[in-house]
Amino acid sequence: MAGPFIHLSGVNKVYRTRGEEFLAISEATFDVDVGELVSLVGPSGCGKTTLLKVIAGLHPYDGGELRIGSQTHPFDPSRDIGMVFQQPLLLKWRRIVDNVLLPAEILGLPMAESRERARDLLTLVGLAGNENKYPYELSGGMQQRAAIARALIHDPKLILMDEPFGALDALTREKMNLELLHIWREARKTILFVTHGISEAVFLGTRVVVLTASPARMADNFQVDLPHPRTLDIKTHEVFGQYTRRIYRLLGME
Amino acid sequence: MAGNRDAIQRYALAVLSHLLLVAAWHFFVVLGDVPAFVMPSPAATLRSLSIPNYRWFENSAATAIEIFGGYALAVVLGVGTALLFSWWRWLEMLAMPLLVSLNMIPKVALGPLFIVWFAYGIGPNILMAFAICFFPIVLTTARGLSEVEPDLLDLVRTLKGSRWQIFAKIQLPGALPYIFSGMKVAAILAVAGAIVGEFLGSDKGLGYLMLQVQVTLDTAAMFMAVILITLIGVALYGLVLALERLLVVRDARLQ
Repeated sequence: MAGPFIHLSGVNKVYRTRGEEFLAISEATFDVDVGELVSLVGPSGCGKTTLLKVIAGLHPYDGGELRIGSQTHPFDPSRDIGMVFQQPLLLKWRRIVDNVLLPAEILGLPMAESRERARDLLTLVGLAGNENKYPYELSGGMQQRAAIARALIHDPKLILMDEPFGALDALTREKMNLELLHIWREARKTILFVTHGISEAVFLGTRVVVLTASPARMADNFQVDLPHPRTLDIKTHEVFGQYTRRIYRLLGME
Repeated sequence: MAGNRDAIQRYALAVLSHLLLVAAWHFFVVLGDVPAFVMPSPAATLRSLSIPNYRWFENSAATAIEIFGGYALAVVLGVGTALLFSWWRWLEMLAMPLLVSLNMIPKVALGPLFIVWFAYGIGPNILMAFAICFFPIVLTTARGLSEVEPDLLDLVRTLKGSRWQIFAKIQLPGALPYIFSGMKVAAILAVAGAIVGEFLGSDKGLGYLMLQVQVTLDTAAMFMAVILITLIGVALYGLVLALERLLVVRDARLQ
């Protein structure tokens, strides 16, 4: 191994509003290996979304070290990030396949190949046959699947997901969790997954990073030793319960 | 097809309400024995079309040119202005407050000035129609261009997309529904603007004709002129609606 894919060490982020300073991220320190699916879990206000945006290069940070890419896996910040948000944010006036193609268009990738790839990805996320529909013709869960396909179209090495299933109903959410694990295994991407769902964080993550709010602080970072492929019944396992209890305790909810 | 039958039913009902209005008008005049100079019957109104002196076609054409001309000018310049604003923020900060102030001028009050500057005729009336519908188009277009999801901008930024790409792929198509909602409001205003212009001073047009026949108390011709003005407005509005259907995906349309 030539070092971790993502390396954070003592990363801080300070917000200044009306002369006051407050620390949105404090001393974030963790590594992510290639191919990991790391959950960032914490209550609102813990800076998890901010951290994701710092890693995406959208916000500057104040001190500390942030490095993405390794010798074996070089990282190009302009084309190796795929993003998924809480809302699908599909363009209403584009058909699903053309929505998926948006990043390819922006990067100027060859269109014929990308179009083929878009079809494959839509099959991967379970939307085969919906290529030519408009977003309003799909349910919220299906729209989010399209958003995931869009994040994968330019074959980025890193997928950043910001509470992507937060707006879905509980059952759809569970289903999407399973789907995401399937997509992750097939696409072989490194994924950072921000959530405030504790059981979701444990169920999805190969590793969980726990952040607490006021003061914003990184509270824990542990490996989740549950076998893959995971199915919903691991949620009833003793080990699963131990992990979730560990997080509840850190968040002061026990 | 159930949807098809629904549509036919909707159109049938729409036509019916118009016919009912004409019928009510007819019976009101006939049964109420209303004098023709107060309110002519529908038939009498239609008959006024046969008076060659009134030059219906020429006058209708003049009014239509004023309405469509002023409107087209307002759409092109209004959308263009809003685009410039979204491109250069400082320009918007400089010019938008001025536009808001200028918009408070009652455009009708400018009519006599337009006549002093440009003499009688179609020109000043086009200008009046333009003046009255320019601002709503600027406002709605500017609003539409500024309504972009911040997360969507982040997505483009992670791909190092250019400002032009954001504009062409996200901002402009996203603003189209707003542009059309402004265009619909403006279509109604443009008709009013052109007619007011003709009232204030003109030598042709349906508004001009109305003032002429008012003197001779030919109320039927006045009714006919109003109907023709309305029909021109309907044609413009219909054109805008058709264009909207063509360009804006159903779900994105503003109601």
